[in-house]
Amino acid sequence: MNVVRVQTQPFDLAAEVAALEGEGVGAVVTFTGLVRNTSALGRVEAIELEHYPAMTEKSLQAIVREAEQRWPLLGVTLIHRIAYLEAGAPIVMVAVASKHREAAFEAASFLMDFLKTRAPFWKKEWVGGVAHWVESKTSDAEAADRWS
Amino acid sequence: MMITILYFARFREKLGCDQEQFELPVDRDTSVQSVLDVLAARGGIWQELFDCEKGVLAAINQEMVSRETLVYDEDELALFPPVTGG
Repeated sequence: MNVVRVQTQPFDLAAEVAALEGEGVGAVVTFTGLVRNTSALGRVEAIELEHYPAMTEKSLQAIVREAEQRWPLLGVTLIHRIAYLEAGAPIVMVAVASKHREAAFEAASFLMDFLKTRAPFWKKEWVGGVAHWVESKTSDAEAADRWS
Repeated sequence: MMITILYFARFREKLGCDQEQFELPVDRDTSVQSVLDVLAARGGIWQELFDCEKGVLAAINQEMVSRETLVYDEDELALFPPVTGG
């Protein structure tokens, strides 16, 4: 059972993990991404997000399908928030269920690497009261490349 | 032969426009790259954003594509900078 959601409100990690527990599941690995309070420009007060609504969930589902082809997974939950989010706020979560831990650890890492390079989200950081578009990182592209 | 072009994030802000209708030539195949060339030929900010080898991603009908991909009548072509979610 897979869940892909784009939402404004915070997510409930415990509830999402509980929803993945079930027949045959021996491991659930989760990752939560928080809004970092620093960037190259200075202290980050908050971020805003833009996305491409018609494409966002479609691309996340494609990323989940790709993970399912690589590992024997029993469930995936991928939630990304779209909102004005202050530093420290949770912005993204992934939870992966499988029979054994290796598949869950690797798939969770893969899902985040691909989300960061393939899903149509753009962040704007508020630093010193001014908003700046975030530049993409070479390290994110390299992290995604290691799976190819 | 018309397509819709959507602009996102930094592109949308700099161009002051989030979409436009774009006429395709009828006498030859049109790739994403040839659309970018026509946009860049408008000069100014258009040239600054679209006359480059990197830094522009494209999706046709909500699927990421390469610059060699062909565009057809009624397609939705989205142009955007590298993504920064997560």
